Amino acid sequence: MDSVSLREHIPGVVGILVRRGADFASAEDAVQAALIRALETWPSDPPDDPKGWLVTAAWRKFIDQVRSDSARTAREEHFVLEPTPDQLPDQDDELWLYFHCAHPSLTPSSAIALTLRAVAGLTTRQIADAYLVPEATMAQRISRAKQRLEGTPLDQPGDVTTVLRTLYLLFNEGYSGDIDLAAEAIRLTRQIATLRDEPEVHGLLALMLLHHARRAARVAPTGRLIPLAEQNRSLWNTAAITEGVEILQNALARDQLGEYQAQAAIAALHADAQTSSETDWPQIVEWYDELLAFNASDVVRLNRAVAIGEAMGAAAGLAALADVDPATPRYEAVSAYLHERSGNLALAAGEYASAARRATSEAERDHLNRQAARLRSIAN
Amino acid sequence: MAKYLLLKHYRGEKTNEFHTPGDQWTPAEWDAHIQYMRDFADRLRSRGEFVSGDALAMDGVWVRYDGPGKPPVTDGPFAETKDLIAGWMIIDVDSYDRALELAAELSAAPGAGGEPIREWLELRPVMEEPPATSV
Repeated sequence: MDSVSLREHIPGVVGILVRRGADFASAEDAVQAALIRALETWPSDPPDDPKGWLVTAAWRKFIDQVRSDSARTAREEHFVLEPTPDQLPDQDDELWLYFHCAHPSLTPSSAIALTLRAVAGLTTRQIADAYLVPEATMAQRISRAKQRLEGTPLDQPGDVTTVLRTLYLLFNEGYSGDIDLAAEAIRLTRQIATLRDEPEVHGLLALMLLHHARRAARVAPTGRLIPLAEQNRSLWNTAAITEGVEILQNALARDQLGEYQAQAAIAALHADAQTSSETDWPQIVEWYDELLAFNASDVVRLNRAVAIGEAMGAAAGLAALADVDPATPRYEAVSAYLHERSGNLALAAGEYASAARRATSEAERDHLNRQAARLRSIAN
Repeated sequence: MAKYLLLKHYRGEKTNEFHTPGDQWTPAEWDAHIQYMRDFADRLRSRGEFVSGDALAMDGVWVRYDGPGKPPVTDGPFAETKDLIAGWMIIDVDSYDRALELAAELSAAPGAGGEPIREWLELRPVMEEPPATSV
């Protein structure tokens, strides 16, 4: 059994321990200990019933922990002696865990860290490596998140939006370390889509698949960022695109549009074009208008200005840009692009250089500096 | 989450108008200052916001390549009146506002008379990966 299929059992096992009466923090610690034990012993001695093995091992860890820790309260002893199986009467064990780990009382980073450990079943070291922080720092972040949740009722699944937001942020966090956070986000969103059949859940899954499909084409082997229009589309993952489009179409057919479905529709229109010039920009503009109804942010307006520039010409794009706050990230890069398209190369070169100074990633900074250099070499 | 670099500068006598130069502090004031810095780092660790940090020795030089077969050119060491980086810390926090708050907390380290020294700290964002949904 590989580690991903092992980890798929984790949310269910945590849920069972909590249903038996363990507090969330101790249950999660016990499951993590059982998981590490499984990774050590299963390669040479695989169990017949992996989930049953994990439940038994984790429950033993939990009991040992309660008995050995004299500081434990009598309340927890009571739970061990008298399990209360009805604590989560109507909620699916796994679904409950998603909501708990993305609880609105947690900061986004705490919610992500806790979700990666308790739901995705990653070890603290793996999560720390992915975020390039010391293991002790990540351990504290997770432990504080659990402390924050102490006393939070365990029976409130609540609004799925908080869970989707956490998974969306996780997807966007990049790919450092051995653990592929984007792939983890897709795996977890896929899991929750089987538990919670709502159009926006499927919309988010489609959005992730459609962006992930372009991943191999986004960055050159040298690390250079390749803009959408210049990507080698034969490198796009057509299976992921097909799946994403199909999921999106089924979601849209239910006529409950939301932010993620609208974003996924834009990604699908890009994925649908065989070449950059075949892109259906007028329809993309329409989807940005839909998106604005859910998220009237300057970031959306900025991207809409790009789409208008493509659909109706650079002058129309620049007119749309006039409604965007110039302090919006990437504003100057968009302005540079539209000015270049309208033939004002000197202005565009200056704006690219200025945008490079404000870039928040190395790949983006280098890309913008190259754009400035390209325009200046044309002008000279 | 975003990483930020906190840079502590050493600027000789010019630190700021509130600051009594460190060589005029009492040993007890120095102890309190050092303890504050340690406690600050411990608080960051316990909140899961600490990445790394170090103090730097002051006898640095500038170095550059000077052509094939030639030894590196150096300039320095510098007079103490120059602006030198005295130490650095990398934090990993939820927001820019949180980074500002922490920098202010560090800048409030006590000096002469136990008063906050209010020293200027440089705060710089560390470059991130571009978001997966941006291209």
